[in-house]
Amino acid sequence: MRAPDHPVMGKGDVLLAVENVSLGFGGVKALTDVSFDIRKSEIRAIIGPNGAGKTSMLNCINGFYYPTEGRITFKGVKRPKMRPYVAARGGIARTFQNVALFKSMSTLDNIMAGRSIKMRSNFFWQLFRHGPAMKEEVEHRRFVEEIIDFLEIQHIRKVPVGRLPYGLQKRVELGRALAMEPELLLLDEPMAGMNLEEKEDMSRFILEVNQQYGTTIALIEHDMGVVMDLSDRVVVLEYGRKIADGTPAEVKNDQRVIDAYLGVAH
Amino acid sequence: MLYREAGQFKTNYVADSAIFPLREDRIGLTLIILAAYALAFLGNSFLLQAVMIPFLVFSLAAIGLNILTGYTGLLSLGTGAFMGVGAYACYKLMTAFPDVNVIVWIFASGFFSAAIGALFGLPSLRIKGFYLAVATLAAQFFLQWCFIRIPWLVNYNVSGALDAPLRTLFGIPIMGPNATPQTRYLVVLTIVIVLTWLASNLVHGRIGRMWIAIRDMDLAAELMGIRPLQTKLLAFAVSSYYCGVAGALLVFLWYGGAEYDVFNINQSFFILFMVIIGGLGSLIGSFFGAALIFILPIILGIVLPAILSPFGISVGADVIEHLRFMIVGALIIFFLIVEPHGLARLWQIGKQKLLVWPFPY
Repeated sequence: MRAPDHPVMGKGDVLLAVENVSLGFGGVKALTDVSFDIRKSEIRAIIGPNGAGKTSMLNCINGFYYPTEGRITFKGVKRPKMRPYVAARGGIARTFQNVALFKSMSTLDNIMAGRSIKMRSNFFWQLFRHGPAMKEEVEHRRFVEEIIDFLEIQHIRKVPVGRLPYGLQKRVELGRALAMEPELLLLDEPMAGMNLEEKEDMSRFILEVNQQYGTTIALIEHDMGVVMDLSDRVVVLEYGRKIADGTPAEVKNDQRVIDAYLGVAH
Repeated sequence: MLYREAGQFKTNYVADSAIFPLREDRIGLTLIILAAYALAFLGNSFLLQAVMIPFLVFSLAAIGLNILTGYTGLLSLGTGAFMGVGAYACYKLMTAFPDVNVIVWIFASGFFSAAIGALFGLPSLRIKGFYLAVATLAAQFFLQWCFIRIPWLVNYNVSGALDAPLRTLFGIPIMGPNATPQTRYLVVLTIVIVLTWLASNLVHGRIGRMWIAIRDMDLAAELMGIRPLQTKLLAFAVSSYYCGVAGALLVFLWYGGAEYDVFNINQSFFILFMVIIGGLGSLIGSFFGAALIFILPIILGIVLPAILSPFGISVGADVIEHLRFMIVGALIIFFLIVEPHGLARLWQIGKQKLLVWPFPY
């Protein structure tokens, strides 16, 4: 796989900063005054009990929601109010809690669809499926095949994804996100509903993406073993507020985190 | 073996991403095209004029609607009106510039319906499904009103009807009263083949993937950088282009003249049924759908008396007419229950079974 062709930031620079972000839907506050940052090339976990606002946070980051207060800075630039496709073009990719693949397309086409923003050939050549259109198709196919090899899904290349088992669908979805060559990869519960073996595979892929290509990853996960092993830093949300932020070891011993997960006697 | 994948190795990505990767499919397609051309010389004028020309015209319109409803998932009830725009645009163009070859104007007329289609596609960014269908009804009614109320569209012709003037290609009349069904059939067939080929290229490439992405999961598509509005409007434009050309062919190469009411809401429903029964999201399904809805009743009209007469049952033409409706209606329900994804899916299943025949899998 090639390295991302965006301007490269050094490891450890702040790639995305969330400052005092609040998000409300009418009277319901999903997020209140949350601040944290995601640094270049790290694996950042966002954890918290159900309903803590983790997915809302991801939705804010990739432009699906716009925070009612606060601001988000990506690659040092404050983001204007924008549509998700702008975030995608800026280099933010995402997978979903419940798989959101294009069910009728094959694995190959799903991942190829992830290359859409990289493809340039115009309508005219597309009409004739010739010249630049075909050249580009082959070029991107080569890249997609690398992803397919990397994720070990060669055997399901031409199978419509709707027919695949859940674990493989999750893997294809990761492949589709990788096809965008993102700088920031948001994974919303990549291991949900998987068995141990599938979790190990997925963890291996996440680590490899991070280490080999330096892709920054923010992930939401409920499996604490996975979170503690994979992530460099963890941010903990509860009822839309940040209650802890730090390395896995720090977070694990934080009294507020323990209270949030185990409950406190009143 | 007759139909096998075995032994056909692909050594590069161009071959692997071919639209017809199987040699047998390519041979079959060539044979069908050759047979279609041969029909022009073997078929009688009833077959060409009353069966094949309308079948091809409806297939083209169904391909147009299929691009919008089948591939992009946007329900439209404005097909009839978009066909009308193509027909009226073609009429205006060829009467204003009679020296330019009419084939050019048939293709150009599609651009007018594409523009109108894209305009009426604007609400699709915010509304989906049945609500969008209702919004496209606005196009149907508004455009039909224009066809009736703007006499400029028919060059202030008192009858208010479109009539096909005499036009030639290489000195042979292809339009107007002197054109034989044979030449008109050849022209329609060639146009439909070319446009189907282009549509097939589009839906198998990047643009097709973007359309299907919007249909299958629009949120995920947007989060992958696919712009929803542009993609949907492109689908509206391309779809309306096909409908527009089909409309021009319908009036000038099939009917030879028509009034505004051929482009009414019934026409829209007619095409929609073809698309649904043929198979949403399938080009070959558009042909199947047109065949089932248009040709089957004609065949029944001929076959039914022949089947009934040996039993000593002689029935009037009116009964045959009723029987035709009943049988076609029952068949539509039957096919929808057997395979809700349309005849194209049945065709695909059949081909897959044939690939491994005589084994079950």
